[in-house]
Amino acid sequence: MKRVLEGSQAVAEAVRLSRVAVISAYPITPQTHIVETLSDFCAQGKMNARFLRVESEHSALASLIGSATTGVRAFTATSGQGLALMHEVLHWTSGARLPIVMAEVNRALAPGWNIWIDQTDSLAQRDTGWIQFYCESGQEVLDTVIQSYRLGEEVNLPVMVVLDAFFLSHTYEPVDVPEQEEVDRFLPPFVPKFKADPAAPCAFGPLVPPAAYMEMRHSMAQAMEEALRRYPAMEEAFEGLFGRRYGTVEAVHCEGSDIVLVTTGTVTSTCRQVIEELRGKGEKAGLLKLRMFRPFPTGEIRRHLGGAKKVAVIDRNFSFGASGIFAQEIRAALCNEPGHPPVFGFVAGIGGRDVTADTLKEIYEQVKAKESPEKESVWIGLQEVRNET
Amino acid sequence: MKLEVLDREYMYPGHVACPGCGAAIAMRFLLKTLGEKVIMVLPACCWSVIAGPYPQSTLKIPVIHSAFETGGAVATGVRAALDIQGDTETTVVTWAGDGGTFDIGFQALSGAVERNENFIYVCYDNEAYMNTGVQRSSSTPYGAWTTTTPGREWKKMRKKNIVEALVAHRIPYAATANIAFPEDLVTKVKKARDTKGSRFLHIFATCPTGWRIPSEMSVRIARMAVQTNIFPLYEVEDGVRYTINYKPKEFPVKEYFHLQGRFQHLTDEDLDHIQDMVNEDWQLLLRKAGERTP
Repeated sequence: MKRVLEGSQAVAEAVRLSRVAVISAYPITPQTHIVETLSDFCAQGKMNARFLRVESEHSALASLIGSATTGVRAFTATSGQGLALMHEVLHWTSGARLPIVMAEVNRALAPGWNIWIDQTDSLAQRDTGWIQFYCESGQEVLDTVIQSYRLGEEVNLPVMVVLDAFFLSHTYEPVDVPEQEEVDRFLPPFVPKFKADPAAPCAFGPLVPPAAYMEMRHSMAQAMEEALRRYPAMEEAFEGLFGRRYGTVEAVHCEGSDIVLVTTGTVTSTCRQVIEELRGKGEKAGLLKLRMFRPFPTGEIRRHLGGAKKVAVIDRNFSFGASGIFAQEIRAALCNEPGHPPVFGFVAGIGGRDVTADTLKEIYEQVKAKESPEKESVWIGLQEVRNET
Repeated sequence: MKLEVLDREYMYPGHVACPGCGAAIAMRFLLKTLGEKVIMVLPACCWSVIAGPYPQSTLKIPVIHSAFETGGAVATGVRAALDIQGDTETTVVTWAGDGGTFDIGFQALSGAVERNENFIYVCYDNEAYMNTGVQRSSSTPYGAWTTTTPGREWKKMRKKNIVEALVAHRIPYAATANIAFPEDLVTKVKKARDTKGSRFLHIFATCPTGWRIPSEMSVRIARMAVQTNIFPLYEVEDGVRYTINYKPKEFPVKEYFHLQGRFQHLTDEDLDHIQDMVNEDWQLLLRKAGERTP
């Protein structure tokens, strides 16, 4: 049934439909509407779940380590500082091979205090062994949470569903909310191979000497590859039931385009409009939306970007001393392909600043005017800062 | 008093604790008393190693090893998962050292007991970070040498009173216990098992390696800690009802300190000062228990 939902409410509906048994969270703006809605669901008996109101984000995820190890489906949500505090436990979750799902509302890191969108929080966790999806709409958020439980449980890895602060978390859109029976057909009950059970005692996460640790890490690497292999079948099953499909990436007019812009999150929606406008004027412009970031869909990226004359990556994040993080990854994916296009990196919309159609058109014009990038990252829309001495 | 401990064992032989380890003795009594319907959460501590490396485990119960500061949180999640699956019989126990309880895990512990989470939290206290090589914790007593309080820098602060901190949360049951008083320990584990809500046991567990004592002195030293009132045996119900379980005949503290390598640098004057502090703490406890004080 179509309903008008906030992005945060779409997350909560998906958690309810996924029959999550334990939710644990600590409040942080702009994640709060997710956990408030879930608290209501639990209080009203719309979900058969325990809601743990813990004293920190670190404990939120740590408590779910306990729940998932004891055999139940688990969920948390956080943002920015909260995700940074969870860092240690993020590694623990994936190392323990627990398919916990988290909604992560991208928020800028302090100082100075800033509650608005910036992707550096979730991208700084790229090496923690979590599958990561970056979403564009309320519908995609709802669908991705449900998909994440299925994919994560198939390969025993945790999944982070990432959404933009306010532009997505607090924006109302029509969202098709599926019936419980339909979701049940897509998502079977969680039956872990091992769980903490006095009838079959095991030790979980003990001391592991060098003779075994490396194989365990390799097994995680293989699980990531397996997630990428299983992704199309998972999406096919989803499409069969719900009629929607997203891909690891979405290519819009990439074939035969001279310049392809690469985007993530809500900037993609603005870019769709800009691309149509440019093409209307005869420009050979394309768009590649990057949705799955871990595992990184290198093959798809090569396939869609390899034929372009120039690629421009828009990063709402930054790795200090290097460049925008998506741009780094796209460059790395392309560098071993003969005759690959030059990759222009643009940093825009940091800390909640708008990325408008004009911002994207300016980026397009800059790329069109240059043969090759002059530097790794161009910061767009910077105001002049005078340093008085 | 006859000690009623079942013959059952929940530890396989071959654990890797040091000889005379108080923490190994404490674990054995705990498990014998609790039985097999137990899930244990084990945040980083000596026991992370004692339990044995993958693929071995010296414990015959499910053990969830966890990050250092997460003892209170992981147990919260285990309990929630058991409850939602309809298992109200299994006892959830967190087994943590003093570092994981007094220091890095204190926030998660405080959060869990404020929520009155239904599990037993056991701190086996060997008064320093022993697994990493004897570094100071907030449980290290006044006067002690550790590798991070060497020479003249021996610890000049009192040991944190963890039981009082837990009692301030008004939890249903909090108690001290000691490996040299097994009948008292077993009674308290049973009491903890049969109480609902957050339960806290603080077990004094000697560390021959870190305290610089011969391993065969382990139990004797532990007994002296109670006899000297350095570590009184008492319990507190609902944060208000104090019961002192053992009233010693006021042994002076000196011998306890003389026997341990970690206190060898202390002068008679230092020991007099420590005696005053111990007396003061004991009087305070007597008052809380509603007993006469001189």
